[in-house]
Parts: sequence; C-alpha cells; structure tokens
Amino acid sequence: MAKAENAPTVGLFVTCLVDLFRPSVGLAAVRLLEMAGCRVAVPAAQTCCGQPAYNSGDRDDARAIARLVIAAFEPYDYVVAPSGSCAGMLKVHYPRLFADDAAWSGRATAFAAKVHEIVSFLVDVRGVEGVAAAFEGTVTYHDSCSSLRELDIRDQPRALLKTVRGLRLTEMDDTEACCGFGGTFCVKYPDLSNAIVEKKTAAIAASGAGTVLAGDLGCLLNIAGKLRRQGIAVSARHVVEVLAGTTAAPAIGEPAADPAERSQAG
Amino acid sequence: MDVGSPAFKSNARRALDDRHLQEALGHARSGFVDKRAAAIEALPEFEALRAAARDIKNHTLAHLDLYLEAYEEKVTETGGQVHYAETASQARDLIRDICLRVGAQTVTKGKSMIAEEIGLNEHLAESGVEAVETDLGEYIIQLRHEPPSHIIAPAVHVTKDQIEAEFRRAHTNLSPERDLTEPTALLGEARAILRRQFQTAEVGITGANFLIAETGTSVIVTNEGNGDLTQMLPRVHIVLATIEKITPTLEDVSQILRLLARSATGQDMACYTTFSTGPRRPGDPDGPEEYHVVILDNGRSAMVGSEFQDMLRCIRCGACMNHCPVYQAIGGHAYGWVYSGPMGAVLTPALIGIDQAGHLPNASSFCGRCEAVCPMKIPLPRMMRHWREREFERHLSPTTYRWGLRLWAFFAKRPRLYQFVTRIAMRALGNLGARKGRFRRLPLAGGWTGHRDMPAPEGQTFQEMWAQRKGTP
Repeated sequence: MAKAENAPTVGLFVTCLVDLFRPSVGLAAVRLLEMAGCRVAVPAAQTCCGQPAYNSGDRDDARAIARLVIAAFEPYDYVVAPSGSCAGMLKVHYPRLFADDAAWSGRATAFAAKVHEIVSFLVDVRGVEGVAAAFEGTVTYHDSCSSLRELDIRDQPRALLKTVRGLRLTEMDDTEACCGFGGTFCVKYPDLSNAIVEKKTAAIAASGAGTVLAGDLGCLLNIAGKLRRQGIAVSARHVVEVLAGTTAAPAIGEPAADPAERSQAG
Repeated sequence: MDVGSPAFKSNARRALDDRHLQEALGHARSGFVDKRAAAIEALPEFEALRAAARDIKNHTLAHLDLYLEAYEEKVTETGGQVHYAETASQARDLIRDICLRVGAQTVTKGKSMIAEEIGLNEHLAESGVEAVETDLGEYIIQLRHEPPSHIIAPAVHVTKDQIEAEFRRAHTNLSPERDLTEPTALLGEARAILRRQFQTAEVGITGANFLIAETGTSVIVTNEGNGDLTQMLPRVHIVLATIEKITPTLEDVSQILRLLARSATGQDMACYTTFSTGPRRPGDPDGPEEYHVVILDNGRSAMVGSEFQDMLRCIRCGACMNHCPVYQAIGGHAYGWVYSGPMGAVLTPALIGIDQAGHLPNASSFCGRCEAVCPMKIPLPRMMRHWREREFERHLSPTTYRWGLRLWAFFAKRPRLYQFVTRIAMRALGNLGARKGRFRRLPLAGGWTGHRDMPAPEGQTFQEMWAQRKGTP
C-alpha cells in the first residue's frame, strides 16, 4: 500500500501473548494500521509489558522492563497494542511506576501519551469509520476489564464491527463482568478463576452468538479454553482478526481444518 | 473474632461447593447490582457528588485531629461523653464498664461492624451481660452463631428456608404448626420477639455512619427502624465508632448521604436516617439519660499518611463487594474476618497484619469494577497492589511463585535471548498441539488445565514472522 511520506509512524507493541500464541493477530493489527495510513514498525527490543511483575508486587523488575519498552518505542509517533490490558499498563501504570524517579518520570509520561489500544486508536485517533471486511455470522463482544475501565473502550469496537459485511452483533448479559483471567490470578486461584469464567461462558452461550470476540488475548485464551473444555460450540477470536478480514486461521483453541493450512502457518 | 484469613483458599473451595450459599449469592447479586444501576441512572449529578464526597473526606483526614477535638467539644457541650480507645480491648472494656455500672443485664444492639471487629458480644457475655442483635440479619446470624458475611446485609448468605428452620429451632415457645412460608411471617415473628427486648434493655449500643463535628451528632442509616428503638428506649445509649467516621458539617453529611443508599441498595435514601445529639434534654419526650461515644482507633491512625489512607474514606456501602466477581463467587465468610470483598482485601491486612491476611489482596483479578462503583472513588486495586508489594518485599509470597517470577523476569529483561528461547518453545508446543488445537493437560500448567483447555500456539512467534516478512518484501 502506498503511503505518504508524512504518514505517522506506529511502533507496534505486539504483547507477549500475541507474539507467542497467536501471531496472526499481530499481522491483522499491522494490516489495519497500514489501511489506516500508518507506517508500522515492530521494535525487536520488546518482550512483555511487565504486568506479571508489577501485579505481583515486584516493582524493580516491572521498572526494568518498562525502561526497555519506553526506550524501544521513543522514536515512534504512536505506540499501539492489540490489547487493552497491555495498553493500560503502558499508558496508565508506567507513569505511576516512575512517579518518584526524576530521570524517568518525564519519559514515562511522554511515552504514555502516545500509547493506544488498537481499535480505539483506529476510531479515535485515525478517524476510521468502517472496515472493508466480511464475516458471516452472529458475534458477541467481550469487554476486557482494562479496556472498559482503564481506557474507556466500549463503543469503538462495536462501531467498527457493525460495518463488517454479514456480521450480526448481539450483546451478552453482564458485559461489564470480568472473565476471571486476571493474569497470574487464574493460576494462583484456579478455583475462583474457574467460577468466574463459568459465568462468562454461560452468558456467551446464552447470547446465541456463534463467535465471541474480544480485544485481549488473555481473556480469549481463558474463555476459549473454557468453551472447549465445556464443549460449547462457540468460537473465539481476537476482534482485529474480524476487522482485518483475516479469519482464515482456525479460531482460538481449534484445530486447523486441513493439514496444508498448518504447514503454511508453521 | 477468630481469624480464618490464612485458610482463604480452602474457605473459598468450601464456599464454591456450598449449595445453599451459592443459591443465596445468586439472588443477592442481581438485586444489588441492578438496583444500584437504576438509582444512579436516575441521578445525573452522581459523578459530581462522588468527586465532592471524596474531597470532603480527604479534607477531613488531613485535619482529623482538629475535627475530632471539635466533635468532642460539641458532644460534651450537649451533655454527652466521648471516650477514646486506642485498641479493641480498651473499647471492649470501656463499654463493659458502662454496662456494669448501670447494672445492665440485657443490651440491645443496632448493626455495628466495629462491634464485630472488637468481638463485643462475647466480651459482654463473659461479664454476664447479654447482647441482643436487633437488625434482622444480625439477629439471624446471632442465632446461627455466625459472623456477618456482608457489611450491610449480614445474613445475605442465608436462604429463606434456612431462616425458617433456624426460627423453628430457636423460638420453641411458639406453635410448631405456625405458617412461616412467607417472608413477612418470618419478619413478624422476629419483630414480636425483639419488641420485648427493646422494652427491657438497660443499654442500647449502635454504630454510626457519621459523627458530625459541627454539632456533636451521631448518625445512623437503617432500613428497619431497629436502630432508632435501640438508641431511644434504653436508659443509656452507647455509640461505637471509629476515628474516620468524623465528618465536618451537616451539609457534608447530607452530600455523602445522597451517595450512600444509592450505592448500597439502590434506594434514594434508606428508610431511616437518624441524628442523635446528646442525652435527653429537659422537656424532651424521649431519649436516653446517658449518651456515650466510644471512638476507636485500632490501627487506623497508622493508615493516615500511608499509601492506604484513601481506604479511610470508605462509607461501608458494600458496592465494591456486590460488584466483585470474587465476592459474588464465594461470599464473605471465606475472607476469614469481619470485612470481605475488595474493601476487606485492603482494610483487613491493615488491621490484622499482611502476614495473616496475605491471600486477600492477592485473590483479585484486578478487574477494577470495585473502584468503578465506589462512591468515594477509593482506588481499591491500587491499594491491593501496594499490599502485594509489601508482601514481595518481606518475602511473604510463596517460594515457588517467587522463583517462577524471577525466571520469567530474567528472560523478559533480555529480548534477544527471550526471542530465541520462545521461538523454539512455541514451535515445539505448536507442533504438539496442532492436531487438536488445544491441550487438555500440560506439565506445570495444572492451575490452568485443571479447569479449562490450553489453546495451542500457532507455532511461529510474531517476531519470527515479522523478521521473515521484512526479509522478503
């Protein structure tokens, strides 16, 4: 795609889960950003946003990781992540981590101002009003807690989903409720996490949707894992896959339809 | 009260398996959440009120000594007496001494979480003074010998059928054939029994939602009217409250009152909001002869000026627990002490120690709904994280977890090494999981796969894909 010389540069913060589990989400994100007229770069010096350390009370490691991320993304006009949780960490919590650090406080604040979750970036910053994708079926959208409450993202993904040809959007009950993932919470308190995700999958099943979408892979791995274990026939995908029209890959936790597709991906 | 917080995990497991509890929690969840939402929808200035209320409390906490002194002066002026207690045991003794001095055999009690916090009923019983709970929920759990499981709905964990069984067991002087199927029949029976207690008690003990410095007034907010009878009929009224209940003026209180009932039960106002100022004056038709206020610290002044100070803004509405996915799943008893839900996860470690209450601030997915609904804008998740930091600093978190974290951080801080290792690991996992697209079991991931499948990775890392894409334009 041809881009003007003055196109804004976006550093894609891939997020560790997309990098490791579902790189196709990263490709979909790049595609959407390029369609929105951005030049996309993926700094190699990134691993994770540091939430596992930060939320475990390990501020030193959280700061060390944050310094790497800030330094790696300083050259770009924007920092965009396909996750509300990681974007929230970068945008809301990095400045708090360095509040008492004279050397880094200013850098963290300037960095935070450039950070966006991808769907809200497309709508609020790039003024995208619709996408050229098609998806046949009824979907329901799961609001991740960080997107909803830290970044105020609720309408943006729904607005874009409504422009996808063939897609019908239906809301589940209690959309503001957590799915029970919570990062390390789900393995530290598996019984509690399970009780919470069971309510979420019940709400998803009752919505009548064939696919559940969300903007956070953490929630999606949790929800898809529970749906598969319960044998509920609802697929789970990251919202950018549908918005970018790249839904050829199997849904999360589902096998490849034919082995040829697999060898292509791997 | 015994501390059961260290056993949080097994308490939670038991709660999840308790059929009655799960039934009761199901009812409570929809009731509280929907009613609150409707009440707030109908009040456009709710957000502005939240900010104003936060500022009122912040101002008060910044000048707490000043307002406490002003309050004491006013209470004394109106003929009442203020007693300060630094510890729970001092507060218990102060109250017991008043009861014994006036020869009390029975005291009636309005609902008071502070009385639970200091274990008042047991202490009075040791001196031969019987404390009778008059809030219906508190009365039910007193019969069941249980602590409250919710700060405003103490018996929220009990089903109607269980209440009926408890009444039949306790009220043996009533006909076994009586019809108790309707909730109003249960209410009527409790009311008749409690009415006799109100008439005989020598002392009435209530908590306070607010202590007003400007006027020396204590305020209680109730729905049953039991608090009014408790503080009006006996000869002596004792108010038991903690230092952060001080609020400067009547005007301040009326602002915060607009938030309280809406956040708690979705009512515009509770049925009764009662202001008590001093003992009965000459010419007053009713009221107590003696009016005492016991102001307890019990660790709170140490929170002032710390990263936990914001917690002292709490007005005990219960919205955080009503909206908490963890509380909704297990109820209040699993938390193992007086306070539960997100507010308990922050307050309990401050009052009984993080070594005892370590699980509480950890058992949160940080979903943030508690902070979003808190009428006083208390940053509950942030303070839970502060507790986790203190635990981490003191090496209180489990060793295996610490080592796992350390190993992960080692790689996360070295991007090149991280990418090399993850590329190999994801290829292996991707191949293993490709046929089914998921794993039913994975070594070292039992916490995850015990309850759900683990979706298989696609096989390539994004960094690897991106490097290839850049290589082949």
